[in-house]
Amino acid sequence: MIPELGHFALILAVPVSLFAGVLALLGAHGNDPRWIALARPGARLIAFLLTLAYAALTYAFAVNDFSVRYVAEHSNSLLPLPYRIAAVWGGHEGSLLLWALMLAWWACAVSFFSGRLAPAMRARVLGTLALVAFGFLLFILCTSNPFLRLLPAAPEGRDLNPLLQDPGLIIHPPLLYMGYVGFSIAYAFAVAALLAGRLDAAWARWSRPWTTMAWVFLTLGIVMGSWWAYCELGWGGWWFWDPVENASFMPWLVGTALIHSLAVTEKRGSFRNWTVLLAISTFSLSLLGTFLVRSGVLTSVHAFAADPARGIFILVFLAIVAGASLLLFVWRAPRVGLGGRFALFSRESLLLANNVLLVVAASTVLLGTLYPLLIDALGQGKISVGPPYFNTVFVPIMLPLLFLIGLGPFVRWKRDDWREIIRVPGGLLLLAIFIATLLVGLKGSPAIRIDRVLLLPFLVVFSLTLALWIAFAAFFHLFRQAKAGRGAGGRVAAFIRQPLHFWGMHLAHLGVAVFVAGVAIVGGYAEEKDVKMAPGDTVTLAGHSFRFLGVREVEGPNYTALRGDMEVRQGARLLRHLYPEKRFYRSSAMPMTEAAIDAGFWRDLYVSLGEPIDRANPAGEWAVRVYEKPLIGWIWAGCLLMAAGGFLAALDRRYRKRLPAAASAPLPPSSDPA
Amino acid sequence: MKNKFAWLLAAFVAFIALLGVGLTLKPQEIPSPLIDRPAPDFRLARLEGQEAFSPAEMRGKVWLLNVWASWCDPCRQEHPVLVALGETGKAPIVGLNYKEVRGDAGIDISRMAAEVEDALVRERVSRWLAERGDPYLVSVLDIDGRVGIDYGVYGVPETYLIDKAGIIRFKYIGPITPEIVKEEFLPRIQELQGDPAAGNVSGKEAKS
Repeated sequence: MIPELGHFALILAVPVSLFAGVLALLGAHGNDPRWIALARPGARLIAFLLTLAYAALTYAFAVNDFSVRYVAEHSNSLLPLPYRIAAVWGGHEGSLLLWALMLAWWACAVSFFSGRLAPAMRARVLGTLALVAFGFLLFILCTSNPFLRLLPAAPEGRDLNPLLQDPGLIIHPPLLYMGYVGFSIAYAFAVAALLAGRLDAAWARWSRPWTTMAWVFLTLGIVMGSWWAYCELGWGGWWFWDPVENASFMPWLVGTALIHSLAVTEKRGSFRNWTVLLAISTFSLSLLGTFLVRSGVLTSVHAFAADPARGIFILVFLAIVAGASLLLFVWRAPRVGLGGRFALFSRESLLLANNVLLVVAASTVLLGTLYPLLIDALGQGKISVGPPYFNTVFVPIMLPLLFLIGLGPFVRWKRDDWREIIRVPGGLLLLAIFIATLLVGLKGSPAIRIDRVLLLPFLVVFSLTLALWIAFAAFFHLFRQAKAGRGAGGRVAAFIRQPLHFWGMHLAHLGVAVFVAGVAIVGGYAEEKDVKMAPGDTVTLAGHSFRFLGVREVEGPNYTALRGDMEVRQGARLLRHLYPEKRFYRSSAMPMTEAAIDAGFWRDLYVSLGEPIDRANPAGEWAVRVYEKPLIGWIWAGCLLMAAGGFLAALDRRYRKRLPAAASAPLPPSSDPA
Repeated sequence: MKNKFAWLLAAFVAFIALLGVGLTLKPQEIPSPLIDRPAPDFRLARLEGQEAFSPAEMRGKVWLLNVWASWCDPCRQEHPVLVALGETGKAPIVGLNYKEVRGDAGIDISRMAAEVEDALVRERVSRWLAERGDPYLVSVLDIDGRVGIDYGVYGVPETYLIDKAGIIRFKYIGPITPEIVKEEFLPRIQELQGDPAAGNVSGKEAKS
């Protein structure tokens, strides 16, 4: 009964979203206030219906209703309750429902927090979102309905993929989807602005906080995925250039370009066409990611069951969403003015360079990801593109970008004279070069491995220099503000009173510095050993000795595990025991590796169990991997800082206060060319 | 009026076309280096009978080698198709049971003696064939998966088409369906048998 209720709510949401979308857009076009007024209740009704549908599906999982096919395929009565609730998005159908739900919630949030938006503009934004939701809901109902019954009911469920039974992975997909879907807001704002024929600073100001929030979620989602892969896959790596990782990384890169480009459009009125195009591209790349993951055109560890009907549907959807907005763009863009002019050396031109580099980087990722498809489509055979390509092509593009991060905030808008400002950043850069060289010199040259370009010592020094340079620059700005601070409460108070966007930007840039430092040091100095160990054997690595005490069997709620016991000593001092596991989930045929990690500020020690040398004798020798990964935690910490910076920036007061009358004046009715 | 952004649309259309073509491709189909090479030789225990089986026994026949295991879900799906194909008598099918016990993650073989594993394999295979029908001319047991390695088995089920001279002519990864039988296997079998009528003993079409 409850699943039928959810099913009904889902079905009902389809016509509701269609009508809400069409009426709101037509109303905005004809300037009919009654239809325009429908946009807000429409968005809220869709959100309500989808929340109901989602709750019904969650209920079916919670009570183990195996008469629902989707539940039977992705859950099991032995599965602990938190995982059963997470299992709702553990498969294709449910994760799409979550996608649609988040879209509805974002739109609902816009309907609540858009009081200062002109009603017609709001109707265009919400109408566009409702139409996107309509397409998605239709997709769910036609090809991926999670509410279909299985009669007679299955006695037991097939269980959630054991890869997904991990706390890190419970929140990875929702965060990622929040990011993907959040960019639909930027998209909707762009389409609305194109429809209205008004691309101005007010438009940029409206869409900035939303875009930044979506970017924050996407960042967190990617970090969680990376961290999970590190803990769970047993390879000790943090990024694998897997097609699906790339699918989330491309919208991130273009989204990063977008939030910077929006800043220029808001402050200086420049880059309007470019910003709109980035907004459209970011969301289109999110959809492309969905297409690549769900259609089976690329092989990946994330692959969902491939179904050509789903692939065709998403492709058509992508073609409509991206194609229609591009058409609109091509039609309107030539009439959009250029905005504020700027000199060759100005903050605008540096941000333009930032944008170009990010877009080029995203293009190289896109090329590498789709290259196997292209070659196959041309009948030239099957190939795969791996880390060597990406590291060789991607890294050199990112290095100049890192340089710009440090330089940008020193340079004034509109025009600046490099001779006047060169002193401070130049000095900081020299200091960074000196310290980086000194550090690497003290530590010793990193191992040179020809197969991985990143590991060349030169690159380590270079990346470290850039990380230090970004950090110095950020600290310099923070302290300069503190020093300049006057007024009530003294300098500290003035420092704290700085607008949030100031804090946000420098925090995010510091995050980049921390991230780059982590990547450079892990790349240059990580040590690993792949060894065969019998109980009692000891292996030493980076000043630590690892003594293998053997493997014993332990029972989990729905798995049996072989748990290794590794005694770790630093010199003679006992540090701790690490317990890497090999898990066998009872209801599925996949053994899972659970690495044991001693995480620290300066380094992680990482142990994972391979296979027993003789499968019949797990009490005997095992293939074991031990790693020492210096500063690897900084990689994720840096990303978290970036996300925190974005979060602060999105909360800045100026997005919440009422705009001056000129900017919030109602938009003129759609300015169609006569 | 010439629009300076129009090239964007053209690029986009080309991009969507590429993705559309991509949908028709199957990246999962890995080309096997064994195609048009002699089928690797092996000697494996039969389910019934004492003598070991070797592919050499099939010389002069066009035959299929089907790799399966009872723990593999798609094999369950595929089995009725194999039974139907077997009934037509178009080509004999040899069933290669692959890692029946040690491939099953639900079983811990670490303390299992070799004889026990052997007996368990035989029991499970016999029960499967008794319950679902036996399409195989002969069933052979690859208990430790060594033959699977020689053949480059990468996902069960897999089906190999081998000609009269013992050359692998075609390989299909994944469960075969009545359509796959009709479109991929039957035309090749007929062609390899030379005379279209010769291989068709029963004269009946596969019912599916």
